[in-house]
Amino acid sequence: MTAHVPPRSTAETTLVRQFEALKAHADPPRRAAFERFAAQGLPTRRVESWHYTDLRAALADAAPLAPSPARATIEAARALLAGHEKSGAARLVSVNGKFAPDLSDALPAGAAIASRERRDSGAEDAMASLVEAMAPDSLTVDIVAGAELAGPIEIVHLAVGEGAYALYSWIEIALGAGASATIFETFLGAGSGVQRQAATRLRLGRSAKLKHAASIGDAPELHLESQLVELEAEAELNAFGLVSGGALTRRQIFAKLGGEGAKIALSGLTLLDGTRRADTTLQVVHAAPRGVSREFYRAIVADDAAGVFQGKVVVAPGAQKTDGAMKSQAVLLSPQAQMNAKPELEIFADDVVCGHGATVASIDPEQIFYLQARGIPKEEAEAMLLEAFGAEAINRVEDEALAEGLRARLAVWLAGRSRTAAKEARA
Amino acid sequence: MLEIKNLHVSVHGKAILDGLSLKVNPGEVAAIMGPNGSGKSTLSYVIAGKPGYEVTAGEVLLDGENLLELQADERARKGIFLAFQYPIEIPGVATMTFLKASLNAQRRGRGEADLTTPEFMRRVREASQRLKVDQEMLRRPLNVGFSGGEKKRIEILQMTLLEPRYGVLDETDSGLDIDALRIVSEGVNALRNANRGFLVITHYQRLLDHIKPDVVHVMAKGRIVASGGPELALELEKNGYRDYPAQAA
Amino acid sequence: MAAVQETVDRVRSIDVDAYKYGFVSAIESDMAPKGLNEDIVRFISAKKEEPEWLLAWRLEAYRRWLTIDEPKWARVDYPPIDFQDLYYFAAPKTAAGPKSLDEVDPELLRTYEKLGIPLVEQEILAGVERPRVAVDAVFDSVSVATTFKAELGKAGVIFCSFSEAVHNHPDLVRRYLGTVVPATDNFYATLNSAVFSDGSFVYVPPGVRCPMELSTYFRINEKNTGQFERTLIIADKGSYVSYLEGCTAPKRDENQLHAAVVELVTLDDAEIKYSTVQNWYPGDAEGRGGIYNFVTKRGDCRGARSKISWTQVETGSAITWKYPSCILRGEASRGEFYSIAISNGRQQVDSGTKMIHLGRNTTSRIISKGVSAGKSQNTYRGQVSAHRLATGARNFTNCDSLLIGSECGAHTVPYIEAKNASAVIEHEATTSKVSEDQLFYCQQRGLSPEEATALIVNGFVRDVLQQLPMEFAVEAQKLIAISLEGSVG
Repeated sequence: MTAHVPPRSTAETTLVRQFEALKAHADPPRRAAFERFAAQGLPTRRVESWHYTDLRAALADAAPLAPSPARATIEAARALLAGHEKSGAARLVSVNGKFAPDLSDALPAGAAIASRERRDSGAEDAMASLVEAMAPDSLTVDIVAGAELAGPIEIVHLAVGEGAYALYSWIEIALGAGASATIFETFLGAGSGVQRQAATRLRLGRSAKLKHAASIGDAPELHLESQLVELEAEAELNAFGLVSGGALTRRQIFAKLGGEGAKIALSGLTLLDGTRRADTTLQVVHAAPRGVSREFYRAIVADDAAGVFQGKVVVAPGAQKTDGAMKSQAVLLSPQAQMNAKPELEIFADDVVCGHGATVASIDPEQIFYLQARGIPKEEAEAMLLEAFGAEAINRVEDEALAEGLRARLAVWLAGRSRTAAKEARA
Repeated sequence: MLEIKNLHVSVHGKAILDGLSLKVNPGEVAAIMGPNGSGKSTLSYVIAGKPGYEVTAGEVLLDGENLLELQADERARKGIFLAFQYPIEIPGVATMTFLKASLNAQRRGRGEADLTTPEFMRRVREASQRLKVDQEMLRRPLNVGFSGGEKKRIEILQMTLLEPRYGVLDETDSGLDIDALRIVSEGVNALRNANRGFLVITHYQRLLDHIKPDVVHVMAKGRIVASGGPELALELEKNGYRDYPAQAA
Repeated sequence: MAAVQETVDRVRSIDVDAYKYGFVSAIESDMAPKGLNEDIVRFISAKKEEPEWLLAWRLEAYRRWLTIDEPKWARVDYPPIDFQDLYYFAAPKTAAGPKSLDEVDPELLRTYEKLGIPLVEQEILAGVERPRVAVDAVFDSVSVATTFKAELGKAGVIFCSFSEAVHNHPDLVRRYLGTVVPATDNFYATLNSAVFSDGSFVYVPPGVRCPMELSTYFRINEKNTGQFERTLIIADKGSYVSYLEGCTAPKRDENQLHAAVVELVTLDDAEIKYSTVQNWYPGDAEGRGGIYNFVTKRGDCRGARSKISWTQVETGSAITWKYPSCILRGEASRGEFYSIAISNGRQQVDSGTKMIHLGRNTTSRIISKGVSAGKSQNTYRGQVSAHRLATGARNFTNCDSLLIGSECGAHTVPYIEAKNASAVIEHEATTSKVSEDQLFYCQQRGLSPEEATALIVNGFVRDVLQQLPMEFAVEAQKLIAISLEGSVG
């Protein structure tokens, strides 16, 4: 049977027009990337991995592309940055998807910004391909073999502008054999008219070790982020994601453990309120023996918000001695809150130990009662339990300073919520 | 007679047994003592036929027949019983079901008819009373959630029912308190007769206070380095294994 | 390694052709011409002397069927089915429906005897200790004999073929038919609605506990024949019934289609326990032949505190596409799904359940055990959803997979959808293989690798086996050993 190809939606038509207008449309790899996107179009719920997030329906139209940052934009960015506490040893800044050297620090020894034209991922995913085609820049950080970076590198993705605009950001991070680094990405500045699409490619050479975290706390209309992860033998990645803002957010991680004995630990925390939607979708492919994967995701869903967790662990034929464990847990705080979870196992090798667990529930009333019986008011008891629930996800972050920052974000979000709740109670 | 001749065994290319030779006569209890890592457990696994051990030279003979050419279940049917140091859990399989399945498999292997259920139950009751095994425990899945002592008693219960020619006891005393040790030892002693031999593998002398050996062998570096009477065990108790380095060369 | 490898080799080399029920019975039958069109639908309806409303219902389903596509989302792979190359109706030739067992073709009774199905009432009555089971036997498309009718009648229980129910209890049939699985539900259910030939019908009146197990045995005999039976069970307020279903088919080189529909309805405080041992011919070692089992089974807990429990042991069929589900509509109603799915050779299983929590304080439990061997693919696909009004809904799901050999696959695809904060949904799944240590332990006690594997697998599926009525449990246990070891009998 032939696939149903629906007529192009308004957004798809706009995207085609936007790409054709770019100089890049002549560049063969980017052209190929756009064609990969165009062949699939914006995903609908008929696409299994988008079952719970119908992007085609959600995206009425593609916003105009953010113009290349002018001097005024850079100055506005500088002002924005001033309010953002600098964390890490070195900071790289991109403004509306374009690397801003003036705002960035020099990288520590062992790390360098490499060619910014390199881009040829062959990503199968439609939306990662779209970013690959549209992104004005490709910030590429190379960490040389054997290097141990002195401190973390922070990459700040700034959105600067007025009204509705779309921005695309493509980043490549490559660790040579035996290198080790800590990198975190912060998304800042987007207001409600912003459609932001980002892709980060993480490539770890043999025995390389990377700690990575991403944090989305601003308020774009759309935040769609893809991580394309490739691990060689014995490489180790520990990656975390915090989502506390955005009307519609989707983080998708495609990880391939291509070499023997590679290890991946993915974790995340999603904090949802209002009518926000957030989707975390993982695909972890064990393509070689003796791989270890751990996924641990938690979500707190309040008000009319809806969360999605989809996690698929694939053990390819021959990937014997794979050890995989995935857990997804969500707490619903209001009668209208929703959570959809789909933890999947797809196993083609026999000598494996794989499992997953998923729970969706409200805060345990017994726990609340226990705390109340000790004299703690109900709201406080709830906040305490939620803070503990979220902190258990953040505890997976191996960098202590970073974890501290994330815990602070959680506390701020919870405080904001209880203020809203108190206001509602008074009304 | 159980006879081991010049046995060389390696695991992942590393030599564990290095020319071990040993004889256990019918009716005899032979103790093997040795420091940790001397290859004692390996010896018991190789006798029983556990996969994953590479026999590079030597023979294990039961009445002249080389056991090394047989599968583990075939050896069991010939009368080799291994009491495991760490008995395996089998979820969902009731202990009673397992006892019956193994007993009948062995009987069939010897060309005998299956036991009738009443006869089987009678034997189980008798043995379990002697070993202070609760009937309730026999309805639970094999070894799942059993304490260390319970597991060991179930091992000896199996040995009692299966009536092997040779019992190989691998560190049966490990994890037992003094009462359990006594019950288990009595169970073994009750099985001693002129036709049945035992190979008792242990790190400590205390088990041999309860199961009196006829011969004591000291194992080190993957071979027997000294043999003697029960007095050898007492001597080891006093001096420890310092004279016997553990690893094979 | 040797022992484990041997087990793997043995399992791999299993003579799947040693299918025990692969005989063909020489029975004359009455067949509709090959192919499907409105005339065939009319032919079937006329053959069964159906009322006008039922013909209209069938035709509407047929017209709908023409407009929909075969579902493609399951993890099964098969060449396109030519729906015009099938016979849609085959009935053993008899002058009229049998009035009693004496009138049933003796060859047919012998067939059921070979299958081990006690059709003759005396035989059952003679065995004092044996629990009595009333049997409805469906041969190809037609119900041929129902036992114990009189005694069931005394209790007010209606147990008869679907065709008889259409004639004798038209109001009940009309009130409930298609209310759980609508004629438009899905490709195969819609096809079934158009061409269904027969099946079983059960009605248990209020407050009655059905005095015996009810059972249907399905048998496909004719070549190139699709089997489309339809079962409808209604448990009225406060009643209880346990229903068993068994299936076999002869060995044929071509694939045969089985697209059944089962609808269950429980009213307030009623309970239906539905057990299946599915042993359709799985095809040979190369994947030639075998039944395509595309079945829609759904229960509707319509009444408060009612309960529907599905238990299935799936060992047969080349392809299984089957999701016995529960709609938990009544307050505090409960759904259960217990499943063992064993696949070997080149079998493909995509099976699971849906628990749709609509009512307050509804609960459900799912225990699924999949065992894959040979070159088979075994998928659990399940959905648990708690809707807005399902305050206090609870689900617990456990699905475990066991792999034997390195060429098979085990997949788990659960969908968990919570739209109510007070719902508690818990899901856990594991995949592992038979451990080498367990195998060695069993072998040390004298069990052969095959015996050891069967023992461990039986332990793995025990939680589900325990849900089956005793007689079925014993049969299922044997079947599991057969489908894994190939040792007949």
